[in-house]
Amino acid sequence: MSNNVERLYNGIIKENPTFVLMLGMCPTLAVTTSAVNGLGMGLSTTVVLVLSNLLISLFRNIIPNGVRVPAFIVIVASLVTMVQFLLNAYVPSIAAALGVYIPLIVVNCIILGRAESYASKNPPMPSTFDGLGMGLGFTFGLTSIGIIREILGAGQIFGVQILSLKWFTPITIFVMAPGAFIVLACLVAIMNIVRAKMDAKGKPLAKPSGCITGDCASCGMSSACTGKSQDAASAAKSE
Amino acid sequence: MSDLFNVSSSPHIRSKDTSSRIMQYVVLALLPTTLFGIYNFGIKAVILIAVTIASCIASEWGYEKIVHKKSTINDWSCVVTGLLLALNLPATLPWWEAVIGGFFAIVVVKMLFGGLGQNFMNPALGARCFLLIAFAADMTNFTIDSYSGATPLALMRNGESVNLMDMLIGKTAGTIGETSVIAILIGAIILILLGVIDLRIPGTYIITFVVFMLLFSGHGFDMNYIVAQLCGGGLMLGAFFMATDYVTSPITPTGRIVFGICLGIFTGLFRTFGANAEGVSFAIILSNLLVPIIEKYTVPRAFGVVKEVKKHE
Repeated sequence: MSNNVERLYNGIIKENPTFVLMLGMCPTLAVTTSAVNGLGMGLSTTVVLVLSNLLISLFRNIIPNGVRVPAFIVIVASLVTMVQFLLNAYVPSIAAALGVYIPLIVVNCIILGRAESYASKNPPMPSTFDGLGMGLGFTFGLTSIGIIREILGAGQIFGVQILSLKWFTPITIFVMAPGAFIVLACLVAIMNIVRAKMDAKGKPLAKPSGCITGDCASCGMSSACTGKSQDAASAAKSE
Repeated sequence: MSDLFNVSSSPHIRSKDTSSRIMQYVVLALLPTTLFGIYNFGIKAVILIAVTIASCIASEWGYEKIVHKKSTINDWSCVVTGLLLALNLPATLPWWEAVIGGFFAIVVVKMLFGGLGQNFMNPALGARCFLLIAFAADMTNFTIDSYSGATPLALMRNGESVNLMDMLIGKTAGTIGETSVIAILIGAIILILLGVIDLRIPGTYIITFVVFMLLFSGHGFDMNYIVAQLCGGGLMLGAFFMATDYVTSPITPTGRIVFGICLGIFTGLFRTFGANAEGVSFAIILSNLLVPIIEKYTVPRAFGVVKEVKKHE
């Protein structure tokens, strides 16, 4: 069970897809105009991620290595189609706000990245939790960006006006594209400060490995990489 | 005897110009424009200029304090940034928006990229464009006491006539520093005489712009229209004071000419085909982004180096 908790921690904090791995930047920058949109996008992705990790992990010994990517894509695309129909049926407002970014979850690199680097090599249980952790990390990232952009750009939070328009002039640039970049950059900077502080205290959050997978054993760049993590050492031991 | 020999590595002849000296020259050259802006727009302009400059200085000081860097507020560059930004704002802008602008100019555009000399676009214009997008309504509200709300450029776009004499003197609506062409030209002459700027960038900028407007504005060879376009908006202020910023303009002589041509074309494009009547700020920051490429392809040949002749194989 501790392995599952570790997976959750890994996804939400250590290798947060938004702030550390910088994956899935397209939805991150495009749909986070409000907290609700960020949350909706994050949760949709989480659902797809959990189920795709589970299915791919179950099928990992059946899928031939040569066609694994098309196989993953088919699984992910089916799930995304389901999620899209569900959103259209039950929360049409969010479906309308997210628009084309829902079908684009298929090509979200977090999902394919986790499938390739984790789910296709690990048993179903840890894979599911890996997907859940990554998905929640993504949701956390998107929602926090959405909250900040919504407060600054509209004076609202989850659609509730908290800054009165009587004295607050919305800084509209924050609900436009440049605002997404500015907010994301600031949050990543804060994350890096926290990381540096933790390192200084002797409680390192484990440096981002600079690679998608963090899995040094199967990485082609392994020989040239300077940031090999302890994972590699422990993996070597366990093998 | 040995005192006579000063052993040191080159350079042996140094210019007296320092960063702060040049920045002081620029402030001096901006004085006519500033004073006219204050005369034109009154106490509101004074407050806005003071607040913007204070915000820039405070941002620079505060940022360097937080990241434990040596304070550089003595080099006057933040004063120039603040003053230029203020001159690019309408006098009716709420003061706290100007504070945000100053903060954005110094911290986001300048300090985060490494401070003076490292910024990739003109901080004052970066902040102006930020404010223009962030507070579109306040930034285009030019209503001043007795003057009509529309700027000359907006009037011309609607096909109304403008008074050229008023535009030269500056008795029109607009941002604090852009209205008076005469005051700007006085400042420009000061800068040229002091050797702070050369004419390559503003010269090619204005010539390209005129040619572009002649060809594409749809008004043909209407000298009144062309001169009004030249005197209206931020073109003069931008050409002499902001396009010539040392950090964000090319260092090579040919590059400066290419840069000026880019500016002229962009400004013409934005003014003729864009959604807004004005396009100088966006033209300048866009061209700022092209500077590294321009410099790369306009490196002058060093003295004595012969161009390599390609051999036919």
